Amino acid sequence: MKISMSIFAAIGLAITPAVAAPESDTEVAARKAALDLAGAFSNEGFKMRDGHWSGTIKPKEHALIAVNLYAGNQYWFSVGATEPAKKISVNVYDETGKLVQTEGYNEGEKAAAGFSPTSSGQYYVLVDLVEGNESSVCLVYSYK
Amino acid sequence: MPDARTLPVMRRVRQYVALAFLLGCCAVIGAEPARLPAEQLAKAIRNDSITIPTPGELFAALEKPGKPNWVGQMRGPVATTYKNRAQIALNLGSLIADGFIAVEAKDSQQVKNIGTDIIKLAKALGVSENVLSRGNSINEFAENDEWDALQEELEATQNEVKSSMQSHRDQDLIILVSVGGWIRGTQVVSAAVMQNYDERAAKVLRQPALVNFIQSQLNEVSPDVRDEPLIKEVSGQLPGIAKLVAFPGGKAPTADEVRKVNEAVGKMMSQIQAKESK
Repeated sequence: MKISMSIFAAIGLAITPAVAAPESDTEVAARKAALDLAGAFSNEGFKMRDGHWSGTIKPKEHALIAVNLYAGNQYWFSVGATEPAKKISVNVYDETGKLVQTEGYNEGEKAAAGFSPTSSGQYYVLVDLVEGNESSVCLVYSYK
Repeated sequence: MPDARTLPVMRRVRQYVALAFLLGCCAVIGAEPARLPAEQLAKAIRNDSITIPTPGELFAALEKPGKPNWVGQMRGPVATTYKNRAQIALNLGSLIADGFIAVEAKDSQQVKNIGTDIIKLAKALGVSENVLSRGNSINEFAENDEWDALQEELEATQNEVKSSMQSHRDQDLIILVSVGGWIRGTQVVSAAVMQNYDERAAKVLRQPALVNFIQSQLNEVSPDVRDEPLIKEVSGQLPGIAKLVAFPGGKAPTADEVRKVNEAVGKMMSQIQAKESK
């Protein structure tokens, strides 16, 4: 199972991402970092979505990405960044803009937030560059 | 009793104390704002590849209260001889959702049949050879009952189809693949909830923002596609469906409300899979 997950992660990395312009080298590296982190959750039965969001964040700026989630599922949002990012953070907000309590994981250029929504609907993932300079970031998410 | 000179000082002290309390709260919750303003939420990034959930996510949530009768949700073969490209894209999306259902039902023959039909429709749209080779992988995984791998392969196939559309400048068709998958997924979930009503399962049908996003994406397609009679029909019915799936957060729809959702998406699905789109 672990092997099959890695193969698919590699395929996902290799193919042109769906509905996006060609990625730069730093975006590919950020995506690899996000997939590495999300891979850890795959070992706990989480399925990784093939879709992702990539972009750049400057210091004191953030990216806010809308997702639609289902009550009953558990989710992990994994973000990877590249140098010169030093520390990033991930937080989740509900459809009213209220901060949601999540489990967190932080390891410098990688961070993740996990929770189980009790209500289906739209949520927002806020990715912050806490320390470091402008860099590429990538968000992927897993569910079970 | 404080005199007139000490009152402003006391007021200032109270302001500092209040500010310190607020900053303390921020530190406790990770220095993030406890609430984002509506203007900021409105500007959030929304795109097809991360904002629209896959049928697999929807079905995973439906299964939590108890395994539905997946076999009972499968449908007969869908025509693969459509001429209209928009109709092909919608049906391709719905077939991918069927693939997820067959995986949930662990029906390897059905997975192979659906995989073959997906490739036929993809060929009709002129997608790349990479997508066509996915058909072999689907067959191989189905032969070996590799269900988790099949789910990933179906999602990867959908993304590769969209990627191929992107490179062939068929951008307008991308959203139609997602729409087809969402309509078929919602039809199946609402039917499963109707058969065995459970509040927890019914809650997954709440998706007003998702329907509004789909509507906004359809509004942005080129006039050629937007003016197709089938797309006009689908687009025209979305506002009504958005209302039907806008239950208050945390509240489950009643059995009757679920039936209404099922009827509405069922009507759209019939139009999408009709042999000749009107």
